[in-house]
Amino acid sequence: MNAPAKIETTLKDWETDQEVRWCPGCGDYAILKAVQRTLPQLGVDPANTVFISGIGCSSRFPYYMESYGFHTIHGRAPALATGVKLANPELNIWLVTGDGDGLSIGGNHMMHVLRRNVDMQIMLFNNEIYGLTKGQYSPTSRVGTPSPSTPRGSVDAPANPCAFALGSGARFVARGFDVSKNLPDVLKAAHAHRGAAFIEIFQNCIVYNKDVFDDFAAPKGAEDRQLWLEDGKPMLFGSEKSGGVKGLALDTETLAFRVVDVPDGDWESAGVRVHNAKNRVTAHLLAELPFGPYPMALGVLYDDPAPTFSDSVIAEHEAASKGKEANLAKLLGTGQTWTVDGTAQDPV
Amino acid sequence: MASAAETNTRDEASNNSEAAPDAIVVRFAGDSGDGMQLTGGQFTLSTALAGNDLATFPDFPAEIRAPQGTLFGVSAFQINFGSREINTAGDAPDVLVAMNPAALKVNLPALKSGGLVIVDTGEFSKRNLDKAKYDANPLEDDTLAKYDVLAFDISELTIQAVEPFGLGKKDALRSKNMWTLGLALWMFDRPREPIHNWLKQKFAKKPDIADANIAALDAGHAYGETAELAGPRSGAMRQTNMPPVDSEPGLYRTITGAESISLGLVAGAQLAELPMFFGGYPITPASAILHHLARLKEYGVTTFQAEDEIAAICAAIGASYAGSLGVTSSSGPGIALKTEAMGLAIMTELPLVIVNSQRGGPSTGLPTKTEQSDLYQAVYGRNGDAPMPVIAARSPGDAFECAIEACRIAVKYMTPVMLLTDGYIANAAEPWKVPDPSSYEPFPATFLTEKNGETLLPYARDEKGARPWIKPGTPGLMHRIGGIEKAQGTGHIDYAPDNHQAMTDARKHKVLGVTVPEQEVSLGQKGGKLAVVGWGSTFGPIHQAVRRMRAKGCDVSHIHVRHIWPLPANLGDLLNSYERVLVPEMNTGQFKTVLRDQYLVDAEPLTKTSGQPFQIAELEDAIGKYFDGIEGNEGGQVPVNDQQLPNLSAGYDSGSSKDMD
Ligand SMILES: Cc1ncc(C[n+]2csc(CCOP(=O)(O)OP(=O)(O)O)c2C)c(N)n1
Ligand code: SF4
Ligand SMILES: [Mg+2]
Repeated sequence: MNAPAKIETTLKDWETDQEVRWCPGCGDYAILKAVQRTLPQLGVDPANTVFISGIGCSSRFPYYMESYGFHTIHGRAPALATGVKLANPELNIWLVTGDGDGLSIGGNHMMHVLRRNVDMQIMLFNNEIYGLTKGQYSPTSRVGTPSPSTPRGSVDAPANPCAFALGSGARFVARGFDVSKNLPDVLKAAHAHRGAAFIEIFQNCIVYNKDVFDDFAAPKGAEDRQLWLEDGKPMLFGSEKSGGVKGLALDTETLAFRVVDVPDGDWESAGVRVHNAKNRVTAHLLAELPFGPYPMALGVLYDDPAPTFSDSVIAEHEAASKGKEANLAKLLGTGQTWTVDGTAQDPV
Repeated sequence: MASAAETNTRDEASNNSEAAPDAIVVRFAGDSGDGMQLTGGQFTLSTALAGNDLATFPDFPAEIRAPQGTLFGVSAFQINFGSREINTAGDAPDVLVAMNPAALKVNLPALKSGGLVIVDTGEFSKRNLDKAKYDANPLEDDTLAKYDVLAFDISELTIQAVEPFGLGKKDALRSKNMWTLGLALWMFDRPREPIHNWLKQKFAKKPDIADANIAALDAGHAYGETAELAGPRSGAMRQTNMPPVDSEPGLYRTITGAESISLGLVAGAQLAELPMFFGGYPITPASAILHHLARLKEYGVTTFQAEDEIAAICAAIGASYAGSLGVTSSSGPGIALKTEAMGLAIMTELPLVIVNSQRGGPSTGLPTKTEQSDLYQAVYGRNGDAPMPVIAARSPGDAFECAIEACRIAVKYMTPVMLLTDGYIANAAEPWKVPDPSSYEPFPATFLTEKNGETLLPYARDEKGARPWIKPGTPGLMHRIGGIEKAQGTGHIDYAPDNHQAMTDARKHKVLGVTVPEQEVSLGQKGGKLAVVGWGSTFGPIHQAVRRMRAKGCDVSHIHVRHIWPLPANLGDLLNSYERVLVPEMNTGQFKTVLRDQYLVDAEPLTKTSGQPFQIAELEDAIGKYFDGIEGNEGGQVPVNDQQLPNLSAGYDSGSSKDMD
C-alpha cells in the first residue's frame, strides 16, 4: 500500500452511527473490531480509505466503517474495486466478501483480481455457509454439511480459499480467524503488501454453522492445532505443557510436510523447516495441509510482491501517450480525408 | 448523410435507365480469403475522394476461416455512391464482382436485371463449382442470360502481372483483389495514386509485396483501358464518370459507427472535463469500440478488457464512483449480463454510458447481422422500477452526436444512459463532415467538496433531481452507498415503505425530466395522412422511401426518433396529428408498443427480422398500401428477402467478424 502522511485516528474515529445488524455472537463483530483497532495503528486516512463489498452478512461491513464505502452486488466487488483503483490508484481499498460471494457467484472475479494483482486487501469471511440467505451450504462447506438445501448433508467437495488464491496467482495469501488476537498482525502484513493481498478469515456463523471452526479455533488445545507462521522462523506448534513441541519437516521423498517431535527445543536437529514466505511451493503445501493429522496453518502463508495492476496500467498509459499530443480536432480529422472539391490529403 | 442537404428530392436508386445514372450500386463478393472487405474499403475511399456521397454495407461470414470456396464462406461488400445524397447501401446492385462460383451463386439473385457481372473464370473449376453446388457451369448455360457478363481469367492475369516479383503462385494470387480494384477504378475513372500510397504505407516493411500489389492494381486498370470489353449487351463496360455531389464545404472523412462512437465518447469526456474509463469484453459487433479506444490513451482514456461483461460494467461503475466517466459497451447477450449492475448504477445514481451495438438475437442469434430487437431490453429490461435514458443513433455519423449526448445526460443527471446502435451502423462507413469540437457546449462535471448540509447529504437532489457526485478521497465527506434502498437525503439504508415510494418516484422523475429536444419531422410536415416513424439505423431506407412516395404525391411524412427514453415532450401531439402511424423496425414491433403505451396512438407495425436492413422498395410497398384505398391492407411483416444480401452464414459465434486479409 502506498502510505502517504500518517494520520492520527482512534478506534472511535472508524465507527459509524449506523446500528450494526449482525446476529448477537456473530464472528463478524470481532472482525469489525479487529479492523477498527488496526487502522489507527496503520496511520491511514479515513478519507482515503474505501471499503468495498459484495452481498452477504459479511458484506454489510462498509456501513460500519467511517470511511468511504460501497456495498455493491453479489460477487462483483472485485471487479468494481478494480475500476475504483484504476481511476484513483491513490485510494487504499479493502474488499470484504464471503465464501459464497467471493468463491461462488464471484469466483471468476476473485480469480482475476488476484491474477491481475490489483492493489487492495481482500478479506474473505469464511463461515462455510450462506448466512444472509438463511443457512444454505456454501462452496467451502465440508462434505456432509446439513442445510436447508442439503437436508441429508452436502455431497460436493469444498473449495480451499487459500489454495484457490495461490492457484489464481495471488502474491499474498494469509489466514486468520475472527476472535484471534493475531488477526490485526495479519491485517497489517496484508496492508504492507503492495498488490492484491488475500486473507481468509474463518468466521463463526453462530446461527447457521455454529462453532464449526472450534476444532482448531477453540482456545482449549489451540497451541497443538494452530501453526502460526512467521517469515524466517521455524514452523513450530504445541508446547511442553500440551504434550510436546512439534514442527513441520519436509519429506523430500513424498514432497510433503511431516510432523516431527522437537525434543528440548532443538528444532534444527529435528529437521524443522524455517518458513520462507517467498516460497510459493511451501505456500501451496501449507494451504493444503489436511487438518487433523496436521495443524491449521495460520498467519502469512505467502508474501512475495510483484508489479501491481495499476502501476503497470499507468506505465503502459505513459508509454503509449509519450510524445503524443491530445488534440481532438486533429483526431477527428485523422485518416484519409478530403475536402469537398475532391482534393486528396495525405493520411495524417 | 451528413454530407448533403436534406432537401434533395431525387430518387435514391438509379432506376432511370434513360439518363446517366446519378447513383450506382456495386457489390464486391468473393471467398472470405479473397480480401473483398479490403477491396471495398479502398474503393470506398476512392469514391469519397471523388466527391461522391456514399453508403456501404459490409457483409461477412460469422466464421473467421470458413472453408474456402463454400457458400457460407462468401464475403461481400456493397457500396452505393452517387452524385446526390445517398442514405442507404442500395437495394439491388448494378454491378456484381464475383471472384468465385460461390460468390456468384450467393449474390446473383440480388443483382438488378440487366446488371453487370464480372467473374474470374480462373476460379470456375469443377471442384469450385461443386462446392458452390452448381450442377453445370453458369458461365456456359443460360444462368446469366439476363445480365451483361464480363468473364476473364483474373487469376491468370494477376499471376502474369506480378511475375517479375518472383512470388509463389499462392502469394501471387493474393493480389487478385487489387487487380479487381484496379479494374473498378478504371470503370469509374478514379485515380490510382491514393491506393498506391496506401499500399506503400500498409506494406512499408515488405516493399516487394507492396510493389506486387501495385503492379496487380495497375494491370487491372490497364486491362480496362485497353482490352475489348464490350459485353453481349453493347457498352457493358463503359467508363462511367460520376460527378461529385453538392455538399457543404469543409473537411470530410469516411467513418464507421464504431469509430464515431469512440470519438464521440472521447469528445464527451472532454466536454465533461473528465478522464474516461472504458470497460469492455470482446463481442461482435461491439469489440471495434474497445479496439479504437485502446489506441487513444493520450486522450485520458483507460481501457480495461475485463473477464466478462459483468466485470466490465462493474469496473466502469467503480471508475465513475472514483470520479472518471465510466463507459461500457457490448451487444445484446453481453448487455443481458450487465443488467443487474445497471440496476446498481441506477440505485447509486452514478454516471455511466452503456453502448449496445445490437445484433440479431436472442441468445447468440445472428452475431454478424443486424437487428433492433433490444429496445425492450434497453427501456424496460431490468428488475425493479429501474428507469434509464435511452438514445438511438441513426447512422455512423449521427452516432458521434449521440455519444456526446449520452455523456452529457449521464454527467448532468447522475444516471446510466444507454446508447443503442446496431451491427449495421457499427460496420458501415459513410462520409462524415469533420466537426469542430469547440462548437459543442461543454458540460463540465462538478464534484462536491464540502458538506451540503448540517450533515453530509449524498442523496440531496438539485433542481434536475440529480444527487451530488462525491469522489472517495475527498476529506470530510466519507459516506457509504450501495444497492440497498437508501433514505432520501442521507443515503442511509432505509426500507421504510414511504421512503421506497419516494425514492422510486424520485428516480422516475429524474429520468423523465431529462431535457430532450423537440421532435422534428425529418421529411414532410406535421399532420396529414400517414407518418412513418422510425428509430436507429432504419433512417436511410425510411427517408428514401418516404421521399419517393411524396414525389408520387402521397401525403406521408418521416419522423425519426433519437430519444427513445424519455421521449420528446411533443411526440404524442405530433403523432396524433396524423391519420395513420406506421412504425417500421427490425424487430417484432417493440417501439410500436412503446408508442401505443405512451400515447394511445394506433401505431401500426412493419417488422422485419431477417438480419438484413430494410430495402427502400419494401418500405415503398408498405407505404403504398395506405394509399391504394384497401382498408386493412397496411402494416404487417416484410417477407424474408433472401435475395437482398447474402445471408448464409450460420453457425457459431466466433466473436469476431474478421475478413481475412
Ligand atoms: C444475484 C444474487 N443472487 C443471490 C442473492 C442472494 N444472496 C445474498 S447473500 C448470498 C450468499 C451469501 O453468502 P456468503 O457470501 O457466504 O456471505 P455470508 O452471508 O455468509 O456472510 C446469496 C445467495 C443475491 N443477493 N444476488
Ligand atoms: S446469519 Fe450468521 S453470519 Fe449472518 S449475521 Fe447471523 S451469525 Fe453472522
Ligand atoms: Mg458465508
